[in-house]
Amino acid sequence: MATDILLIGGSAGSITVLLQVLPAIDTDISFPIVIVLHRKSYPKSELDHLLEISTALPVQEVDDKMELENGKIYLVPADYHLLFEDERSIALDVSEKVNYSRPSIDVTFLSAVSIFGDRTVALLLSGGNKDGVEGLVSIVEHHGRVLIQDPVTAEVDYMPQQAMEALPMATILRPEHMADAINQLKHYK
Amino acid sequence: MMELDIIKDDEMDLLLEDVSTIYGYDFTQYSKASLKRRLNRICLIDKLASFAELRYQVVNDPSYLQRFVEEITVNVTEMFRDPYFYKKLREDILPKLGTYPFIRIWVAGCSTGEEAYSIAVLLQEINLYHKSLIYATDINPTVIEKASKGIFPLSKMKQYSENYIHAGGTQDFSSYYVAMYDIAKFHESLSKRILFSTHNLVSDSSFNEFQLILCRNVLIYFDKDLQNKVFRLFDNSLQNLCYLALGDKETLRFSSLESRYRQVKDQKIWQKLN
Repeated sequence: MATDILLIGGSAGSITVLLQVLPAIDTDISFPIVIVLHRKSYPKSELDHLLEISTALPVQEVDDKMELENGKIYLVPADYHLLFEDERSIALDVSEKVNYSRPSIDVTFLSAVSIFGDRTVALLLSGGNKDGVEGLVSIVEHHGRVLIQDPVTAEVDYMPQQAMEALPMATILRPEHMADAINQLKHYK
Repeated sequence: MMELDIIKDDEMDLLLEDVSTIYGYDFTQYSKASLKRRLNRICLIDKLASFAELRYQVVNDPSYLQRFVEEITVNVTEMFRDPYFYKKLREDILPKLGTYPFIRIWVAGCSTGEEAYSIAVLLQEINLYHKSLIYATDINPTVIEKASKGIFPLSKMKQYSENYIHAGGTQDFSSYYVAMYDIAKFHESLSKRILFSTHNLVSDSSFNEFQLILCRNVLIYFDKDLQNKVFRLFDNSLQNLCYLALGDKETLRFSSLESRYRQVKDQKIWQKLN
């Protein structure tokens, strides 16, 4: 199945993985990448700059109603949930935290699957809570594709461990294999 | 909370048409993604198992409407959210407005009032409150009622106090309220120059001329056409050379007003040009 969107969710311990994976992602990928990370809203983080200098792909923190373009990386801002309005545009939302988190990985994953269905791909990284697991389950139910960081390689293994237990058949990846798996996605039709 | 998918897109449109026709609340230009989550959420909280049940309840029980409006609009807010923004108000924007004989401020979409009280604190500390008036409005009468009481959860005060300090506050934040059990009741000296009132940005018109309008994290729930309509409303309500403040991820760019406003450096604050 072709990929229309790649979602990456992570919490504690996920930034080092991203800094390893993003530089090796091909610049001709045929879909946008949306990254949802748990992080503090204050002080303002330099995360987008950190990610930006790690990769040749354009990286930006999203603004309200921004239109997504293929081959670009979008970072969900701290203290907002990100929803998909339609296949091209996003909407931000400051409603209640979900799983003690805003942004919540589940909120974005579930919104994506309601718009992109089986063309949704999600990768869940290191983290210390179970945010994202429900979203992954829903993506699998809609025949999308799910990738999980091998908990053995995770700085904090609770999140990928929970995901693996909920989805025993999911693809488990070590960080050094993630970019390859992502680059392969453009070949699926 | 579990995320449910009870309401379909076409059903949502149907319900919004009903609400607009019967009650005059027009949500048809709200952002669909967010609204759908809210509708699913209210079904979950109020134990409505299907779209048909929700629609029956809304159409046939006028007393349910207020709750419906309260639940489908987002009422999450905090004091001194984005401390840098409040620091800029304190150190630059409000002192400039202090040269006016009288300062009218509109907090549009004020929800439970946290922003209005934050502004009142700033104005008091820079000795401008006596000649200011804050109009705090929201679509939702229930939150306006709450806002006018000035009572907030005590559990939030630690975070608000940190925000306040990051925003340049130098007082002991707890001197602004009295703690009772699990609530913090803010002093009436703070609310005495705040006028709380309902106002619907979708359907109501301009009601005064202001020197500062704050509408932060409200427009994210509107589609682009409605955003432009509300920008025009603000434009009609703002004195020349005065200021419009939006949420951290909202922008006046791409709107028809852009050319007549100048953005304050590094801030989501725009000054209306002459």
